[in-house]
Amino acid sequence: MGWSVELKGITAGYGCQTVYSNLDLKVEDGEFIGIIGPNGAGKSTLLNLINGLSFPQRGEVIVNNQVLNKQNRRELCRKIAYVPQSTWVDQRLPLLLKEVVLMGSYGKLGLGRYPGRREKELAEKIIKMTGIADLKEKPIGHLSGGERQKAAIARALVQEPKILLLDEPTASLDWRAGQEILDLIYKIQQQFKLTTFLVTHEINQLPHWCSKMVLVKKGCLVGVGKTEMLFREDILTQLYDVPLKIVYDGETPSVLYGRSRVNV
Amino acid sequence: MFDVLHYHFMQNAVLASILGGTACSLIGVLVVTLNLSFIGTCMAHAALAGAILAVLFTLPPLGISFLFCCLAAGMVGPLADKGNFRPDTALAIIFSLMLGLTFLFLNMLSGPKSQGLNFIWGSILTVTQKDLGMMLFTCFLVASFIFFFFKEIQTIILDRQIAESIGIPAKGIYYAALFLIGITINSFFTSIGGMLIFSLIVNPAAAAYQLTYSLKKMFALSTIFGVVSCLGGLWAAYVFNVPAGAVIIIVSVLIFILALVFSPKSVKSLG
Repeated sequence: MGWSVELKGITAGYGCQTVYSNLDLKVEDGEFIGIIGPNGAGKSTLLNLINGLSFPQRGEVIVNNQVLNKQNRRELCRKIAYVPQSTWVDQRLPLLLKEVVLMGSYGKLGLGRYPGRREKELAEKIIKMTGIADLKEKPIGHLSGGERQKAAIARALVQEPKILLLDEPTASLDWRAGQEILDLIYKIQQQFKLTTFLVTHEINQLPHWCSKMVLVKKGCLVGVGKTEMLFREDILTQLYDVPLKIVYDGETPSVLYGRSRVNV
Repeated sequence: MFDVLHYHFMQNAVLASILGGTACSLIGVLVVTLNLSFIGTCMAHAALAGAILAVLFTLPPLGISFLFCCLAAGMVGPLADKGNFRPDTALAIIFSLMLGLTFLFLNMLSGPKSQGLNFIWGSILTVTQKDLGMMLFTCFLVASFIFFFFKEIQTIILDRQIAESIGIPAKGIYYAALFLIGITINSFFTSIGGMLIFSLIVNPAAAAYQLTYSLKKMFALSTIFGVVSCLGGLWAAYVFNVPAGAVIIIVSVLIFILALVFSPKSVKSLG
C-alpha cells in the first residue's frame, strides 16, 4: 500500500520566480492522480516538491504523516520513486540496462555497500515483469525512447517505493510505445496499490485509470477532484485555452482538439 | 638498455610512471564520464599558480598548490550548481582566473624564473622518495574512493538528479570527486608537468571510453593505457633524449587515436 501526501500552504518557485503561491493538496494512500495542464504550468515542480528535490519557500510537504525536511529527505525519498522525462543518453555510456535497473536498490543499501543476491533477484524479477528481459545486457544508450522509459520504470520499482512519481513518461514516444508505457504504469499501480502521480499530456487516458485529477494552470490548482467530475469540455477548454470537444465511443470519452484562439 | 634501471633516479621515475599513470587514468574516468574534461586544465593551472606563489614567498610549493587545487575544486561545484550553467562554463571562468594568476606570479619572480618554469614542464627524473610516498598515498586514496563508492559513481554518471531522487548523496560524491581530482593533480604535476598533466588524465580514459560498455572494464583499460603511456614516454625520453612529460602525452594521444580507429562503438554507430 502507498503513502499519503499532503501539501499545506505551499509557496514555491525558482530564484525570484514564484511558481506556486499558497497551494493546498491532499492525496490519500493508494490513489492514482493524473496531473494535467499546459506547458510551464508547474506540473514538474509539484513532483519535485513531493520527492524533496526542491523545497518550498513557505508551507509544508507531509509524506506519510511526516513533514518532509532536509534532515529526513534522504530517508523518505528512498521510498519515493521518480521517473523523469526521457532525456538524451550518450550512445557510448558504459552502463547496461540491468545495471541501471539495479540502481533502484542503491539508495536503500547505503554508502559503501554492494547489492547482494536479494537485490539482484528483485531486479531480475522486475526486468521480466516490465517486459525488457531480452534487453538487459544492452547498453542503455542503445535503447529506444520507449525501452529506456521501461527501464526507468523498472528502476523505480526496484526501489520498492510507496509513492511513484512519473513526469511525462510518454513524452516524445510514438503512439504504440506510449500506450505500452501507460498500460505498464496502470498494471503496476493496480498490483502494488502505490500512490501514483502521473504528469501527462495524454488526457484521453485519464478517465480509464486515474481516480483523481489535478488541473494546473499558471501555478494554481484550478481543479482537484474525481476524474469523472473534471473530465468535461468546459473545464478542459478553460484549462488549455483551446476549444476542446469530448466525444463518446460507447462509454469511453475522448477529447478532440480544436483550433487555438489565435487571431492572425 | 635495462642497465639504466640500476640508477636510483630511474627506478624512482619508473615507480612514479606507474603510480602517476594509475592515479591519473583512474580519476580520468570520472572526468570523462561526468563531462568534466576541462577540469584537468583548470586544476593544473590552480596547482601551478599556487606553486609559483609559494616560490615567490619561499613557502612549501606542494602545500600552497594543494590549497589552490582545493580552492578551485571548491569553486567549481557551487558555481556550476548555483549559477545554473554547465560545469564546463564554471571551469572556464576558474581556468581563466588561475591562468591569469600563474602569469602574474611568474612575472613577479625575480631572476631566471627556472624554478617556476620547472613546474610548467615537470621533471619525472628528479622524483624523490618523499614524492613517491605522496604519489602512493594519492593512488591508494583514488582507488579506495572508486572501490567504496562504485555504485554511487555509476548512478551519478547516469544522472545526478536520479541519484539524488533515490537517496544517494550525489552532491557529496560529486564534490568529493572534484577534490580528489585536485589532490591527484597536485601530487603528480611536478613530475608530469603542470601544462601536460590534464592530457594524462583525459586521454587514457577517453581511449577506454571508446572500447567498452562496462564501467569496471573502463577503469581497468584506462589504468593500463595510463601506465603504458607513462612507461612508454619514459622509455622514449631515455632512448631519444627528449622531454619525458611531452612524450608521455604524445603516447597517450596515439593510444587514443588507435582506440578511436578500432572502437567497436564507432562501427556500431555507423551501422
